[in-house]
Amino acid sequence: MTTATIEPTPVRARPAGFLADCVGIATRSIRAVPREMEFVVPALVVPVFFYAINIGALEPLAEAGTGVDFKAFQLPVAITFAVTGLSRASALVTDIQNGYFDRLLMTPIRRLSLLLGLMMADLFLIITLSLPVVAMGYIVGVRFDTGVPGIVLFILMAGLWGLAFTGFPYAIALKTGNPAAVNTSFILFFPFMFLTTSFLPLDVLSGWLQTIARWNPVTYLLAGMRSLLYGGWDWYDLALGFLSIGLVGAVSMTLAFAALRGRLKRG
Amino acid sequence: MADTAVRTEDLRRFFDETRAVDGVDLDVKTGEIYGFLGPNGAGKSTLVHVLCTLLLPTSGRAEVAGFDVARQPVDVRLRIGVALQEASLDPAQTGIELLRLQGRLYGLTKAETEQRLRELTQLVDIGPALGHRIKTYSGGMRRRLDLAAALVHNPQVLFLDEPTTGLDPASRVRVWDEVRRLNAEGITIFLTTQYLEEADALAHRVGIINEGHLIKEGTPTDLKRSMGSDVIIARVDDGAERACNAVREVAGVDQVDIHGEELTIRALDGSAVLSPVAIALDGCGVRVRDLTLREPSLDDVFLELTGAHIQQEEAETSDNGDD
Repeated sequence: MTTATIEPTPVRARPAGFLADCVGIATRSIRAVPREMEFVVPALVVPVFFYAINIGALEPLAEAGTGVDFKAFQLPVAITFAVTGLSRASALVTDIQNGYFDRLLMTPIRRLSLLLGLMMADLFLIITLSLPVVAMGYIVGVRFDTGVPGIVLFILMAGLWGLAFTGFPYAIALKTGNPAAVNTSFILFFPFMFLTTSFLPLDVLSGWLQTIARWNPVTYLLAGMRSLLYGGWDWYDLALGFLSIGLVGAVSMTLAFAALRGRLKRG
Repeated sequence: MADTAVRTEDLRRFFDETRAVDGVDLDVKTGEIYGFLGPNGAGKSTLVHVLCTLLLPTSGRAEVAGFDVARQPVDVRLRIGVALQEASLDPAQTGIELLRLQGRLYGLTKAETEQRLRELTQLVDIGPALGHRIKTYSGGMRRRLDLAAALVHNPQVLFLDEPTTGLDPASRVRVWDEVRRLNAEGITIFLTTQYLEEADALAHRVGIINEGHLIKEGTPTDLKRSMGSDVIIARVDDGAERACNAVREVAGVDQVDIHGEELTIRALDGSAVLSPVAIALDGCGVRVRDLTLREPSLDDVFLELTGAHIQQEEAETSDNGDD
């Protein structure tokens, strides 16, 4: 009997396709997260810490003064604390510094997918990290008047907000390639998160803080998310919430993709 | 497949006032190993970055595998593999994860990627460490993985930017063997190096670049033969000028150049003039530390063309970073 050896066909490279490119980058990014627990732990600890502190310190006072269920009032704050600024921008800087970004650029990958893939991973992580925060609220007795669809929309809003905000650190990462500069993007977190209705409703804020809060998109994001918790479906508040996400996203993504174009042009 | 693997016409790449690549014309045939030789800062890496589509040319044209790097970059990327000077790896991934992602980004199916991984196993040769994170790898392991990553998609043209810089001699010889084997499989190799013996040992043709200009091109043998004479190197303690004058008077000596305390003496028949040169040096009272007769090297070619040794240039520019 004779046997014939079949030589394997030589492989030929071809464009993988836009979605495959994005999924490839996203998968790699998600796979790296459990290996960098220092990235995940603060995103879980910080919101729990603030939630506990705020409830413990302010609940009686706030409920007496405003009549709101303060545990429910604070849950959107906790979740936005968890997701705002959560991104793989520092990993992108590391890729730029160690040359791996160049290796990716030398593949036929679509340039947009280098950023969109990371953002897909961010969205996945943000939503994953939102779940324990919602669970925490449930444990302390917070319920959604809008039921399960409201919970889903609540998490979706948190995810989209987190995604909208990622454009800022990515813009800085691509513009500078400097990890210290990326860390400074965290500064943006403070005005967004504290000059708003984090602690009290808008109508009981006074003076300059109320004025700034009226202009802060996070105010409308929180209002939209809170509407899902109490009072039933309020489409106006929800629409304003999504609009604020869209506005911040439009600004941050414009900056991020302009920075990507700039880096590709500079080489 | 195009007959010409790499072609450039009046290629220029400037960074503000710095003319890193300044009017380079290249024609690398398919199947060649082309050695691009020059000191640090000569423009080698910049040229490779342009050819690999990482940088756009300031002016001029460059084609790789028949495609224009500026207008058809995706077609170029599908056909090239690149191992840059510093291994471009993600330390957080494992070796196998990195190679599989490479396969995925080049549109290979899972079966094709696994087939290529089997074919590259011998090259990578890091055993079970392939499943470990890259940050645990030694420098040699990183280099081999980087080369494997450049080959996953079976490229037509492989760019190796100083592939042996920093490697020990044994690892260097191993890389040379691998380069020869890949070339025998039909891959065109564009190799930049600052090691003369590397260009001499590997390259079918060599291009010498200095200050952004391609100053000479040919086979290593032709380039050395173009010197047209043997080389005698005399290292003296002092009085190099006096020694130079004395040696110039020796019959059969064609040319004498001084580089610090070193005289480079050219003669058509070096063995015939070696003794008279020694006598002349002794006669002028200069203490000779070393007197060597040898055939011309690529360094001599570089010296002839630029007035400096590649290694000297390297030392002088090492503080300025890479090009």
